[in-house]
Amino acid sequence: MTQQAPMIELRQIRKSYGSHEVLKGIDLSVARGKIVSIIGPSGSGKSTLLRSINMLEETSSGEIWLDGQQVNRPLKGRAFENHINHIRQEMGMVFQQFNLFPHLTVLQNIMIGPMRLKGLTKAAALDRANALLAKVGLADKGHAYPARLSGGQKQRVAIARALAMQPKVMLFDEATSALDPELVEEVNQVMKQLAAEHMTMLIVTHEMRFAAEVSDHALFMDGGVVVEQGDPRQVLSNPIEERTRAFLRKHLSN
Amino acid sequence: MDFQLIGRILPYIAEASLLTTSLTICSLVIGLIVATIVAIGRFSRVTPIRWLATAYVSIMRGTPLLVQLFIVFFGGPQLGLELTPFVAGVLTMGFNIGAYMSEGIKGAIIAVEKGQSEASRSLGFGRFDTMRLFILPQAAALMIRSLGVNTVILSKSTALVSTIGVVELTYSAQRFVTSTYKPFEVFAVAGAAYIAIVAVISLIVRGVEHFFDAGRRAKA
Repeated sequence: MTQQAPMIELRQIRKSYGSHEVLKGIDLSVARGKIVSIIGPSGSGKSTLLRSINMLEETSSGEIWLDGQQVNRPLKGRAFENHINHIRQEMGMVFQQFNLFPHLTVLQNIMIGPMRLKGLTKAAALDRANALLAKVGLADKGHAYPARLSGGQKQRVAIARALAMQPKVMLFDEATSALDPELVEEVNQVMKQLAAEHMTMLIVTHEMRFAAEVSDHALFMDGGVVVEQGDPRQVLSNPIEERTRAFLRKHLSN
Repeated sequence: MDFQLIGRILPYIAEASLLTTSLTICSLVIGLIVATIVAIGRFSRVTPIRWLATAYVSIMRGTPLLVQLFIVFFGGPQLGLELTPFVAGVLTMGFNIGAYMSEGIKGAIIAVEKGQSEASRSLGFGRFDTMRLFILPQAAALMIRSLGVNTVILSKSTALVSTIGVVELTYSAQRFVTSTYKPFEVFAVAGAAYIAIVAVISLIVRGVEHFFDAGRRAKA
């Protein structure tokens, strides 16, 4: 079953805050090893959509599937808690504001998940953390506290922390939006490396050029609907829909 | 001013101060436990637990400590709850100050960013682990000042247990007044003893604050 099933599948996702509907029936399918970028103006619902995949946002209706398992199973109470805690381990998430744990060192940030949730020994978790730090180019920062790191370094640690759980997919929620321009590239490099390793990724971003370069598929969202989607080079450079064109004009002129 | 009298009662007042101190410490321990449970209860997903925690704080803060003491010590035996004055005092004060302290803890938990909880949950940690591993350790640094203020208030509230027969600082002073008829000198000495106790508490609070600050500097 997992052979044919898409890695991520969203069916008719809807979400409302009161009477305001922010997601109006989104369908999305991401095959294993593929990279999908979601762009759109703020308030378009793109972050909400990403956050509803691991249920940091609750949806009003629709189905969310990860590798043949339903994420939003209709369970109650503790049964649901157990289910969601388990399935979240299979989805790495990277936040705009990094959200590192400031009271823990870089190594502790990366090791705490594998040790407490996956039952790794301290030695095994340390090995894994050191390997990941080397991968994101921060092998010498293991004993530093997050406050001592630059924004770009923090975000790379956050990516390493998510990868330490060995997730099936990685969700990036505007991972470079809070960074100074000169720090964006070092984070993009890490994401490109993941892409080269065929990690399944869903990327919400403002960076058109990066999205066009790295992704296999692009979605343009506005007003809670997918306005246009397809080949990223086409969607991002020669869109069909007027709304997409207007967004790109405005965005590229800034 | 009878300085000789002051010199004479000083050792006794000092001894009574020890009882006041142990009342404070015992109540503080109970208070901290109650406060932590109540504060966490106020974030519970289970509505009745949230409601219960909120009601608890309202009731404890809405009634005088003296009335609470009387209910427990004088009313307790009616319900089969016979407590020594010391135990009744410590329990009542602990549960009372716990309600106040839970507010400080609640505020500190709210002040720790929402992002911290989301990062923890996205890794797959449950609500309890998230609180224990990530939220509370960070909130601890933020709640010290308010817990310190409450401890100072608690140390002075212990004077109220003199009314149920615990011979602590205030009761001890009252006894000297009846035997010496010099209330000014006696209560001035008692007051000075309270100041000394409060000074020690403030020093400790500052020390703990410094400890957390030093930790933060090392991390900054």
